[in-house]
Amino acid sequence: MKIAVCLKQVPDTEAEVKWDIPKGTLSRDGMDSITNPFDEFALEEALLTKENYDGEIIAISMGPEGAKDVLRNALALTVDETALCCDDAFAGSDTYATAYVLASAIKKAGDVDVVFCGKQSTDGNTGVVGAELAAILGFSQLTQVGKVRSIDAGAKKIVVERAVEGGIEVVEAKLPAVVSVIKGINEPRLPNLMGIRKASKIDIPQWSAGDLGVDTGKVGAAGASTKVVEIAVPPPRGAGEILKGELEEVANMITDKLIDLKVIK
Amino acid sequence: MANDVWVYIEHKEGAISPMSFELLGIGKELAAGFGSNLCAFVIGAGVDDLAKEAGAYGAAKVYAVEGDVFKDFRGEAYAKAAAFLLDKYKPEVALFRATTMGTDVAAAAAAQLGFGLCTDTIGLAIDGGKVKMARAAFGGNFSVSVVNEKAAPQIATVRPKAYAMPEKGAGTAEVVKESFALADADVATKVVEFLASASAVNLVEADIIVSGGRGLGNEAGFAMLQQLADMLGGAVGASRAAVDSEWIPYEHQVGQTGKTVKPKIYIACGISGAIQHLAGMRTSDCIVAINKDPDAPIFKAATFGIVGDYKEVVPKMIEKFKGKLGR
Repeated sequence: MKIAVCLKQVPDTEAEVKWDIPKGTLSRDGMDSITNPFDEFALEEALLTKENYDGEIIAISMGPEGAKDVLRNALALTVDETALCCDDAFAGSDTYATAYVLASAIKKAGDVDVVFCGKQSTDGNTGVVGAELAAILGFSQLTQVGKVRSIDAGAKKIVVERAVEGGIEVVEAKLPAVVSVIKGINEPRLPNLMGIRKASKIDIPQWSAGDLGVDTGKVGAAGASTKVVEIAVPPPRGAGEILKGELEEVANMITDKLIDLKVIK
Repeated sequence: MANDVWVYIEHKEGAISPMSFELLGIGKELAAGFGSNLCAFVIGAGVDDLAKEAGAYGAAKVYAVEGDVFKDFRGEAYAKAAAFLLDKYKPEVALFRATTMGTDVAAAAAAQLGFGLCTDTIGLAIDGGKVKMARAAFGGNFSVSVVNEKAAPQIATVRPKAYAMPEKGAGTAEVVKESFALADADVATKVVEFLASASAVNLVEADIIVSGGRGLGNEAGFAMLQQLADMLGGAVGASRAAVDSEWIPYEHQVGQTGKTVKPKIYIACGISGAIQHLAGMRTSDCIVAINKDPDAPIFKAATFGIVGDYKEVVPKMIEKFKGKLGR
């Protein structure tokens, strides 16, 4: 089975975020970066799939050269191959362009049976690249996956559980498929020292727009269809009211105020 | 018409809730701004009831694709039908709810049409003849407005509860049924079964959420919050710290790595208010913070703050509500 996993480098969720206001993009200078937390679950699911069903894994990222760090981390966890989609032309890509580049990389990798990705990134937060990837590749679209029940590469079949509003939907799908996973699907492992040492010596291939056969008119800031026209700091919430007094009094006040909102039926 | 405003009506196997029609309210405002029609579009096995209701909630026209292949919700199949309709009529804008279903259809339909979309939109306005769409970025610390110049239509998913429900009236819509043939064999996914959640938690749709964090101290704290939530007809939420401590399952998590919610009342108990949590709930209409630490950042986001131990405050609130609401 050939498994692909898409990994995104994001600013550390604990870090302070800076915007490059004129460009409308994120200023990544001097910011600590990590693997997108949801993608760690995708990577672990890829590793579990490889262990349970036999196969090989290619980890793919798109980003500047620094994004090699997330691929090196994946190598330390024993993925077989990596590729960084890296080209100045990709800078400023929107979700569609990102999915288009990743789809081109998955095609280049060849004969992929299943693609794992996180359900969303913690920086862009759009949560649509998985569905877009599936649509572009013509693969089965399996989003919000909280459990993979079985994968049968021979019969080209996968069964998953999707966490949707109000419950769990069990879905059977044909392979190839794109599976975007939610938190809690597994417990991501950490690399060990030997893995890290080994990974540090491996070259990470870089795929340019030309290598991928990507139409540069469709990617990057030039190709992005969504254009940021304004970045603003939302007005702070009005200064809250601290209810003071004895417990009895405070409980009376808050319950009155909430009942007055006429929301409680 | 080229500058019509389209709203996607979501449903589960034909079952509708008033929330399905939520976006017809903002849709009507936008259509008035453009001087165009508010249209609904619906995909399903039987769409007549949906179309009728959409008319009552304000749609002038309903475009529908019907077929047995659409009995179960399958993102891929629905997206193909949606892309067909949107490409054929090219309205100005198409709005979907930012639920798992709405997002699945919107994203895949946009990708099939070859352009991007704006997700989890919390602001929609007409600017220079185009719809400008605002969304929160980075935990709501920034608001980013985008215009999708190359897309016809512009596609946006809109955060549930970001706009008021439209009034239901006596209006009727003209129904346009389009034939779009899709063979079941050409759909790669099949829904095997649906397992309803035991706690039936639906945070995104809840008007009232009672949420707990690390400050609860243990699993039992959530039983107390559940009592308050039950009394108010609300749902129970949690911070990441509480979920990671395994006091409550992940489906309850609110925040950057959980769900984004916009209830009318959000009661945060023992939640310090890290930006990652605020990211998921700061657009709630009314936020009540209950925390022992007077310096907890949650108080800066709160409409009403109570400095105190939830173990004393919550039971007292339950007692008061019981009396005042007669429950």
